[in-house]
Order: sequence, then C-alpha cells, then structure tokens
Amino acid sequence: MASRLEQDDVDRVATLARLALTPAEREQFARQLTDVLGYVEQVQQVDTTGIPATSHPLWTDSAWRGDVPQASLPTSEALANAPDANTDAGLFRVPKVIG
Amino acid sequence: MNQPSRTAVRPVVEAALARVNASQPTLQAFQHIATQRALAHADALDRADAPTGPLHGLPVALKDNMVARGIITTAGSKILEGYQSPYDATVVTRLEAAGAVIIGTTRCDEFAMGSSTENCAYGPAHNPWDLTRTPGGSSGGSAAAVAAGLVPLALGSDTGGSIRQPAALCGVVGVKPTYGRVSRYGLIAFASSLDQIGPFARSTREAAQMLEVISGHDAHDSTSARQPVPAFTQSLNGDVTHIKIGVPRHLITTDVDDEVRGAFEASLDVARSLGAEIHEVELPYTPQGIAVYYLVATAEASANLARFDGVRYGLRATGARTLGEMYEQSRHDGFGAEVKRRIMLGTYVLSAGYYDAYYLKAQQVRTLIARDYTRAFETVDVIALPTSPCAAFRLGERADNPLQMYLADVFTVGANLAGLPGISVPCGFTAAGLPIGLQFISRPWEEATMLRMADAYEAATPFSARVYAGSEDPAS
Repeated sequence: MASRLEQDDVDRVATLARLALTPAEREQFARQLTDVLGYVEQVQQVDTTGIPATSHPLWTDSAWRGDVPQASLPTSEALANAPDANTDAGLFRVPKVIG
Repeated sequence: MNQPSRTAVRPVVEAALARVNASQPTLQAFQHIATQRALAHADALDRADAPTGPLHGLPVALKDNMVARGIITTAGSKILEGYQSPYDATVVTRLEAAGAVIIGTTRCDEFAMGSSTENCAYGPAHNPWDLTRTPGGSSGGSAAAVAAGLVPLALGSDTGGSIRQPAALCGVVGVKPTYGRVSRYGLIAFASSLDQIGPFARSTREAAQMLEVISGHDAHDSTSARQPVPAFTQSLNGDVTHIKIGVPRHLITTDVDDEVRGAFEASLDVARSLGAEIHEVELPYTPQGIAVYYLVATAEASANLARFDGVRYGLRATGARTLGEMYEQSRHDGFGAEVKRRIMLGTYVLSAGYYDAYYLKAQQVRTLIARDYTRAFETVDVIALPTSPCAAFRLGERADNPLQMYLADVFTVGANLAGLPGISVPCGFTAAGLPIGLQFISRPWEEATMLRMADAYEAATPFSARVYAGSEDPAS
C-alpha cells in the first residue's frame, strides 16, 4: 500500500478528527506521518491467515454490575468545569448548530 | 515501611511539602501541589484513634492524569488547564483508605503520550541525577519525585512503558501490573486496551506494598478483573532457586547501548548466583511490537480524546461561529503537537479503506505477540530484558524526531500488548553516573514471581540503595 501522505490526505483526516490545522502543521504532519506509516507498514508483511484479532488482552469475564440506580453528581458540580454553562437551566451552552 | 504507628503525620507531610517546594525551581517534578488538602488530611489522621492502614501518614504523589477532588488535573495538556474533578479516582480512594496522604500531582507527557515529559504543555520534568537530562516518560515526574526523595511512593500509568522506562532512567523501582489488576476509574484514558496504573518506589518491597493497596476489582471499571489480590509483600522471601528466567537474546541487538547491555549481562550473572536458572527464549513476533503498538494505541487514543471538544470541560476557543468550528478550533488550540500527530495517525488507520490494512492487521499481529509470551511462559517463570535501550538522554536531544523516540519503547510495549505485568529495578550505572534499569516480566496475575525475583536481585546488589547526591531519605 502506497503510504505517502499528501496534504489532501492530511486535510481529510483532520476533518474526521475535528482538528483545525495551520498550514505549517499540515506540511509537518504530512512529512512526519509519512515517516511513521512507512515504519508501521511492516505489519503488513506478517502472515496472519486465520489469526483472530486481539481487542483486549486477558478478556476472560465481563465485569457486569447490577442495573441499580445510584446517586449521581449534582447538576451544579457536573457543570462546574464547563467553559459556558447555564446553571439555572442546568445546560451546557454552545454556539449555534444550524447556520 | 515500618512507620512508627503514632508518629504525628503533620510534620511528615509538612517536610515532604517543603522538599517538593524547594525542588521545584530545578526539578519541576510536580504539576500541582495540594498543600491544603494534604495538611487537612494529615490533621485528620493525627486525630484518629488508631493508625489508618499500612500506608499511614506516607506522603504520595499522583501522576497528573489521575483525578481527585480538590486537585487540579491537566494530563499535561492546555486543553484541561485548571480542570478540577468532582470525584476521586479509585486509586485515590484506596490510597487514602490505607492512610496515605496525597500531596500533589506530577508532570507527565500530554495525555501520557511520550517518553521524556517533553510533551508536557507546562514544560518538562528533569532527571535528579543530571538536571540537563530527561527523567523519562511519560510518568517522568513521578519517577523523578521518588528518585529525589521528595516522596517515598508515587503512582504512574503505563501504556507502552510509561512507568518502567522512567523508573529505569531515574534509578527507582516501577511496576506495571497485569492488565485489569488496578482500577482505572479516574485515570484519564489514553489507550484503553493498554493503560494500567502502577507504583513507583525506592525498593521492590515498598512498591509491592503500594500495589497491594491499589489492586482489586472495582465496580466502576468494567475492565478491572475479579481476581484475588495476593499479599505481594509476603512473597518476597528471597528464595529464587526455582525461578527459571527466560532471556530473548535475539532482541538485544546492537541498537542497545553497550553499557546497558553490559549491566544486563552482569545482572543475569547475579541472578544465576542466587540460584535462578537462565534459559534462552524466542519471541519471534516481538520485533513487530513497536509498529503494532503505535497502530493500536493511536487508534484508541483518537477515540478516547474525542471527548475533549470544549463543551463539558476544558479549553474553548473564542470567536467560533458554529459548533463545528468551535470543536475544531478548541482542539487545535488545546492539544500539543504530539497529541495531534497521534490523533491524526489513529484517525487515519481507522478510516474507511485503511482499517483492515492497518488497524485490523495490527490487532492480529498483537495476537501473535501475545502467543510468543504464552509459549515462552510454558518453559520459564519470568522473562528478563533491559527496560530501555539507553540511559537518560538530554532534554531536547530527540524532540524533533518522533519515530526515533518511538523506537526506544522496544522492550516495554510487549507487556502492554499481551497484558502482562512487568517491573523495572535499578541494575547499574553508566560511566557518566546515570542509572540503568533491568526488567522482569511475569505471567498474567503472577506479579508475585517477578516481585520476588526483583527483591532478591535488589538485596544482592547495591544499586537501589544508591541515592542521588543531595536527596534526603523520605522515610526519615
């Protein structure tokens, strides 16, 4: 697989990652990510026919807990770190969603 | 840790705070010093009728990616500047229940992404053995704090070596427990299939004591295992005559510094003289470890860090006209370069058209790496490796080359990928006087074996007792 990242690829990924980039960052990331991809592509040489994927090591049991209502944070504490909150209404405030 | 049970705690905590404050201008090991919280807790312990637990009155530090009420946690990031958690991490609850006094948080690479603390948005911590050098990372501040005698115990988190590598570079003991041994409730997530919290101490015995306190199932973390917690300190009986040590010599290539290799070989001689058996083992897929690690860890990080969006907590960029613009600009302003790089790489390898070739493939090779260890542990009890291929490097020396920095994780990522416990113990010094670390890796849930091996090794060698010039004994 060709792994050279062009600035268009960087833009596409940045959009997916919800990350604004400066022109200097676009250029730098295109170069550095090409280097890193060039290295990590070695995994593609390994024969993995019939090998299952590991998503969690040592996944022996799911530690379920009872579906029992418990006390939760008061709204004021949950909002306390918000950059913009309406504490009276108990809401996070954000810029408008639909233009 | 034979703290006389009724020594007043307040003076002990005041002395620790004084050491921390005095060290800050040069060492920069701490990010947030929780003076009021620590003193209030010390007074409460002094008012209690009886000692609270095995860590009664001991000052401890948290890595700056673990939350506690009344403490600012930033994960080394501008995006969390000033963040105050409304709840305590489970490790905090357990440490306090054992009588430990949290005195603050230590510097780390941003979101634990790095091997030097240079990715901390607030500046790096320094190595007490040579202030021009890195303490390692990402839990470098915790390692430096223990090495400098500021606190006897500290916590770190280890995703690809972030406890063991700084322990090695600072000449202290660092333990990465089995995946699932310690609850991660209240740990700011980096890569959820790899992250694990563990202790730093000046000796294996103290680390084992701290591990005992923080281990065990927690209903708040569905990945914490329902495994019995052994009394780790009781396994430290000095008897290693039946322990078979596996050495994967094929991994110890010319990329490893000569002095590190020399110290490693000498440590095997010591183990042999203690009655342990040395066997050669093969870990054929382990050379793929770095590639697999940087695919899996960045993919998971790109998902975990999606929560930092300027809505519920943290930095919000001003002037954005729409919600989307606010997300993108806040994340641009709040994240540092390494975090952006890893989010970009992780997003790329998960994106349509690349998922199978990178992410899925990496997960399959991860299975092969885990099987390497399973096979090796059929014939040996622990695996020995250097912790880091080199001693502490100079701050700034590698900052421009991310790939070179990644390659230095070669000996540590395997334990994370396979979920295994590992420990780093001091095993020598370079000619320049910098500490070198030796790593033992055990089977899952068998921390006791590697702890026993490390403790016996430590007792037979002078390296853990050597303290950097100018430090005080934190237990005194």
